[in-house]
Amino acid sequence: MERLTLGRKMAKHWQFYVIVALPLLYFILFKYLPMYGILLAFKRYRVSMGIWRSPWTGLYQFKKFFNNPSALRVMGNTLLLSIYALVSSIPLAVILAVALNETGSKLWRKTVQMVTYAPYFISTVVMVAILMQFLDPALGMFNTVRNLLGKQSVNFMGEAKLFKHIYVWSALWQNTGYNAIIYLAALTGINPELYEAARVDGVNKFQKIWYVDLPSIKTTIVIMFIMNMGFIMSLGFEKAFLMQNPLNLESAEIMSTYVYKMGLINSDFSYSTAIDMINSIINIILILTFNKVAKMRNEEGGLW
Amino acid sequence: MKKQATSDRLFNVLVNLFLIMSFVIVLYPLLYIISSSLSHPTAVMAHKVWLLPVDFDLMSYKAVFSNKQIGSGYLNSLYYMVVGTVVSVLLTMLLAYPLSRKEFYGRSAVTKFILFTMLFSGGTIPLYLVVRNLGLYDSRWSIILPNAITVWNVIIARTFLQENITDELYDAAQIDGCSDIRFLVSFVFPLSGAIVAVLGLFYAVGQWNKYFDALLYLQSQKLYPLQIILRNILIINRNTPSMTVDVEAAMRAQGLSETIRYAVIVVASAPLLIIYPFVQRFFVKGVMIGSVKG
Repeated sequence: MERLTLGRKMAKHWQFYVIVALPLLYFILFKYLPMYGILLAFKRYRVSMGIWRSPWTGLYQFKKFFNNPSALRVMGNTLLLSIYALVSSIPLAVILAVALNETGSKLWRKTVQMVTYAPYFISTVVMVAILMQFLDPALGMFNTVRNLLGKQSVNFMGEAKLFKHIYVWSALWQNTGYNAIIYLAALTGINPELYEAARVDGVNKFQKIWYVDLPSIKTTIVIMFIMNMGFIMSLGFEKAFLMQNPLNLESAEIMSTYVYKMGLINSDFSYSTAIDMINSIINIILILTFNKVAKMRNEEGGLW
Repeated sequence: MKKQATSDRLFNVLVNLFLIMSFVIVLYPLLYIISSSLSHPTAVMAHKVWLLPVDFDLMSYKAVFSNKQIGSGYLNSLYYMVVGTVVSVLLTMLLAYPLSRKEFYGRSAVTKFILFTMLFSGGTIPLYLVVRNLGLYDSRWSIILPNAITVWNVIIARTFLQENITDELYDAAQIDGCSDIRFLVSFVFPLSGAIVAVLGLFYAVGQWNKYFDALLYLQSQKLYPLQIILRNILIINRNTPSMTVDVEAAMRAQGLSETIRYAVIVVASAPLLIIYPFVQRFFVKGVMIGSVKG
């Protein structure tokens, strides 16, 4: 038997290292080099001095954030909005997948799937523009209907308390069809013997969904849940930023838009980096915690 | 037995009711947008459009197509999409191939190295400074390079290669003296049509729709992608009713800008919505490969 030493093995497949060089360079330049920039959070950045020679300020930026009441509100907004989006999107996608899986006609299933999937391809900019068109106080179709019913027009986009509902419901409209794909795939992969056994037991269709379908796709649901949990604090900058206006800002300001404004509009690089770092840390804690919980409840449940 | 049949019938009714509702709720706004864009501005202003175009008119499309900004945005976005997709797919495959081979010593270290970036990142400002220091600021490369590789896509590609490029094939090629680079060129790429299509579509759609990088890194108007132009037209410049004395003229102008906005929405979204039914299966495939744990 041929036994190669580690060095000989590496030498034999040296070309692998040539192949990965370029992608690894990408990760070093655009992922790891910026991590060095996190030092900014502990400094008062002076452009003329660069990151390293700017004066240290310790935890000053972090104290500044936590002592600022509006900053804490931004954190609250982010959490609330993400959790709202998460707990509404998964059940609706599962229901759509189950319904698609249960309908008898293949053509009808394909049609509904294709239509519900389509809005996923609309860009965020266009999506927000559509919202503004439909919710416009004077011309929007929602207010036209309200007026026909004898009700006053509402400036939907200007109401701070409506922001989260508009944000989440429009996301449901746009993404449920796409989100359903993965559950539909899991449902079609269920072992037919399970259905046969259920049929022999004489269960009705409601029971079949509850006792066969849902338990079979539970792992997929948990994985999707944890993965989305990890994105909670990195909630999309684009949509919230585009939907913001002076009237709804108190509930529309989230961490990523706050980071952008502090950093690139106010040019407070150090403060912005510190907020970003707080965000990252909360994110990691959330994803590790939920992964652990999922593992405790179910051996197969964790993401890793 | 009768009771069971009734409940099953109820079940079928509920299922189809839900599907009909989903179908209508998603489709109706899309139809409304298209119809409004094809209607006469005064019909839109008078709230006459509900389902089909009223007083069919193409004047808003003429206005959109004669707009130079939209034209240049379209071309820029096309450029970013094509070049960006080629760069991204190539880099992703170059990383996924060694990661899919157990002969690659250092595989688990490299995997950890890239997975860590999913969990933790430097943040917006540090990346912004890196882009500036590399001299990419306000250049086309600033749109293409900083987010060229998505870790998730690397995992999908690696999983695909592990399942589709067999050890037997690799070993046979090794015995014939085929080097790892030649194996990549003559076997991996030719056998990876499906995954290249999946990756290409994921990257292309992302590139066409994103605007944040352009907001951060671009200053010259001539480099703006379509999404930035759209934001200026559709969101920032939502004109408040003008103070013109001639109410009728103001109404007409407002009506036209209303139908123009609908036309812009249609023109901007049409390419992807027209192509997607034909490539839908690749997306489904990508999502399914991604759902395999590990």
